[in-house]
Amino acid sequence: MSENEVLLDVRNLKMHFSLGRSLFSKEKGYIYAVDGISFQIKRGETLGLVGESGCGKSTTVRAIAQLYKPTAGEVFLKGKDLMKTSAHDLLSARKNMQMVFQDPYASLNPRMTAGEIISEPMKIFQQRGLLDMSTEERNDRVDNLMERVGLSRFFKNRYPHEFSGGQRQRIGIARALALKPELMLCDEPVSALDVSIQSQILNLFKDLQKEFGLTYLFIAHDLAVIQYISDRVAVMYLGLIVEISGSKDLYKNPMHPYTQALLSAAPIPDPKVEAKRQRIILTGDVPSPDKQRPGCYFYDRCWKRMDICKKYRPELKETESGHQVACFLYHKPE
Amino acid sequence: MTEEVILQVKDLKTYFHVDEGIVKAVDGVSFDLHKGETLGIVGESGSGKSVTNLSIINLIPNPPGKIAGGQVLFHEKDILKMSANEIRQIRGNKISMIFQDPMTSLNPFLKVSTQMIETIVLHQGLDKKAAKAKAIEMLKLAGIPAPEKRIDQYPHQFSGGMRQRVMIAMGLSCNPEILIADEPTSALDVTIQAQILELMKDLTKKLGTAVILITHSLGVVAGMCNTICVMYAGRVVERGQTEDIFGEPKHPYTQGLIHSVPRLDRENSERLFSIQGQPPNVIDLPDCCPFYPRCEKAMDICKKKYPTVVHSENGRAVSCWLYAEEKK
Repeated sequence: MSENEVLLDVRNLKMHFSLGRSLFSKEKGYIYAVDGISFQIKRGETLGLVGESGCGKSTTVRAIAQLYKPTAGEVFLKGKDLMKTSAHDLLSARKNMQMVFQDPYASLNPRMTAGEIISEPMKIFQQRGLLDMSTEERNDRVDNLMERVGLSRFFKNRYPHEFSGGQRQRIGIARALALKPELMLCDEPVSALDVSIQSQILNLFKDLQKEFGLTYLFIAHDLAVIQYISDRVAVMYLGLIVEISGSKDLYKNPMHPYTQALLSAAPIPDPKVEAKRQRIILTGDVPSPDKQRPGCYFYDRCWKRMDICKKYRPELKETESGHQVACFLYHKPE
Repeated sequence: MTEEVILQVKDLKTYFHVDEGIVKAVDGVSFDLHKGETLGIVGESGSGKSVTNLSIINLIPNPPGKIAGGQVLFHEKDILKMSANEIRQIRGNKISMIFQDPMTSLNPFLKVSTQMIETIVLHQGLDKKAAKAKAIEMLKLAGIPAPEKRIDQYPHQFSGGMRQRVMIAMGLSCNPEILIADEPTSALDVTIQAQILELMKDLTKKLGTAVILITHSLGVVAGMCNTICVMYAGRVVERGQTEDIFGEPKHPYTQGLIHSVPRLDRENSERLFSIQGQPPNVIDLPDCCPFYPRCEKAMDICKKKYPTVVHSENGRAVSCWLYAEEKK
């Protein structure tokens, strides 16, 4: 296990959703939710994924977890291509890859107690012969997990409705940890929480990472949260990654015009700073991802657009500063 | 501030009677709103922000809710004592509201024109044609492209940000003195949020409207508001000018809230500050400081009595025993 080992390698991942077929089985069209993205996550690292609603963040995570069958591309987890493995191998790969969801109300079964929810993954993997644990061991593990995420073990027999939003999210995290995964896919885990609870949960994520050496793919739409939790940040727009950079560098030196606009639009909780800030206000809304465009996807809203952007789509390329940017301002097309 | 006070909320109490007991959703809230001022009300879910503002225009569903006490003085007349007819003259006309989710607050079966014209005809006594012209003018001000065409469309034909623009145009169409905006941008994306906030700032300045902005986002208040009320468990725990509150928060809850948000413009330290514990259940709250179980500076007296409000210069007020003792 070397420090720089690549744990997750996503190559040219595409996820297109069909809009249905008409009577004579002609495709009506597609939603190009994720349209060819590539990135790598190293062991122990946190990659943050930001973007506005509809840009394909959640679809990316679900396609990686193989909850959707991706249209094209490759997803390597520890060197194994998840899209080509058998169902049994995929199941054992999933042991290494667990998800935490956004809505702590919808993602817990209301008819199961907290203890049952947390032990369920272990039961399932035991039934399939992928785990060897006695009932006592399992119960001990549930107790330990609950205490670890900050819940009393005496709450084991309570149902989800008896917990607050923050506590439910802790149950969700304990469930994800149950199988000792290496990679956690976190889909907006703090977006539904209040400010004071959000910071508790963010701290918990950081502590767990340190303790268990976890690797996170972390989605949020709040840029400040992303900057805090991540080592590197990928910015998505309309199903494509437009910039990847180190999180410390992102705010100081955003390169893609969209990243710049996104950062300048995010409010900062300090009236003195706010009074001095120059905002880049983007015009218009995010277009619908229902067609593939020839040029840059951001063209319609970009305030630095050039003629060339309409004709060709810029590739994500490494620049001198170490950022990967998909913009013709920094590299000319071949 | 030398501007005239247009709205005074005094010791407002709104209780909900439910099976488990009495929910004191708003329990003794007071504040003043000056002409042209933007007042922010911040707090977490369940702190009573929205109920406060529904109470101001007497829209609390009764039962289970009941305004149990206090006054809401609009130009020195108590709204809570007005007849239904009198209130109707004010609501939507002198005081209008914008809600969080524009899809649920616009009628999906009616064209935007029908909904906008109705308000204008009702409150301004214009005929339908003049009202439509006025509506188009407002949509234009709100930055809707081709308003002459868009006005005859249905709400679902607008995007989220556009719908919120329609709501703002509608809210401001009768030149209200007060605009109450309940989480107007919480459902929107960051770039759209920036557009809408900018629009609200511009328009209300142009029209001289005072705004009560309810939000849970400290970033939004920092950029928009002149004064702030911080609410916790149905009470205002701290009130003052925005710069003062952010510069030197006094109440431990305000301090915790400000420090627990990660900031984009700073390198954040390894751990975020966090307030321990959970917000209290507001059913049958005892008469003590509701924040004491989570407070780092809690003292014996905090468990026994609700702190008195300590006023200081610049309209600053804090409800915390830490400062009450200093006075003694």
